[in-house]
Amino acid sequence: MIPTAYFLVLSAVLFVMGTVGFLVKKDLITQFMCVEVMLNAANLAFIAFAHSASSLNGQIIVFFIITVAAAEAAVGLAIILLVYKQRKTVKSEDISLMKG
Amino acid sequence: MASFLFATLSIICIGAVMGMILFKNQAYSALCLILAFICTGGLFGLLNAPFIAVVQIIIYAGAIMVLFIFVIMMIDVRKGLSPEKKRWFLYPSIGMGVIFIGELIFIINRALGPSQTLASDALGSPKVLGRMLFTKYLYPFEITSILIIAALVGAIVLVKKKDTP
Repeated sequence: MIPTAYFLVLSAVLFVMGTVGFLVKKDLITQFMCVEVMLNAANLAFIAFAHSASSLNGQIIVFFIITVAAAEAAVGLAIILLVYKQRKTVKSEDISLMKG
Repeated sequence: MASFLFATLSIICIGAVMGMILFKNQAYSALCLILAFICTGGLFGLLNAPFIAVVQIIIYAGAIMVLFIFVIMMIDVRKGLSPEKKRWFLYPSIGMGVIFIGELIFIINRALGPSQTLASDALGSPKVLGRMLFTKYLYPFEITSILIIAALVGAIVLVKKKDTP
């Protein structure tokens, strides 16, 4: 059997890669994909803990997270399309209005 | 066998996410992300969760990524991406990521102890999961349907043409 810690370390690596990608990339669509990677890493941690506790509740929660992620993707992509229609850009640095 | 599968899937997954970050073209990034999601689905299968693995591949790698690719198709990438500005932000964010992952691994190491491998027999078969969804988790399940309706209506209202009276 594979230790649970391996899965948790993989989940941590994926989460941090999502975070760094979100900070490094400048176009909205890739940043949104990085958010999906972070959600996926959280799912992996949930499933790993559910496996190690031999309980099914973690899997149910992952099911709900996937549903919420689908809803979030629909609304988020609609917002990105709206931003592109109004500003003709999908770069996050071009739409920053809060420069002090 | 299981550890070989784990090593292969995790290496492909990390490589795909790395490729997603490094590609300039958003369509290639989306394809890399599909590969990463499929690998994660395989890992879920390795963790006795076949139903969640299938749901992951159908909903994430299927539905959500098709949505992404549709949006990439609608957006003119060359016009939408203005030329690169100075990227002073790159190195601090990578350093922050290294610190963050060090912290996380330290916490995992501290929290789990030497080696914790329970021989788990809780198989997440669709029958058992479906029964739990419709008994113990009935209210969250119904509330999720309201959430999806709200997201659907919200997305339609957001991208609707405003010129109709």
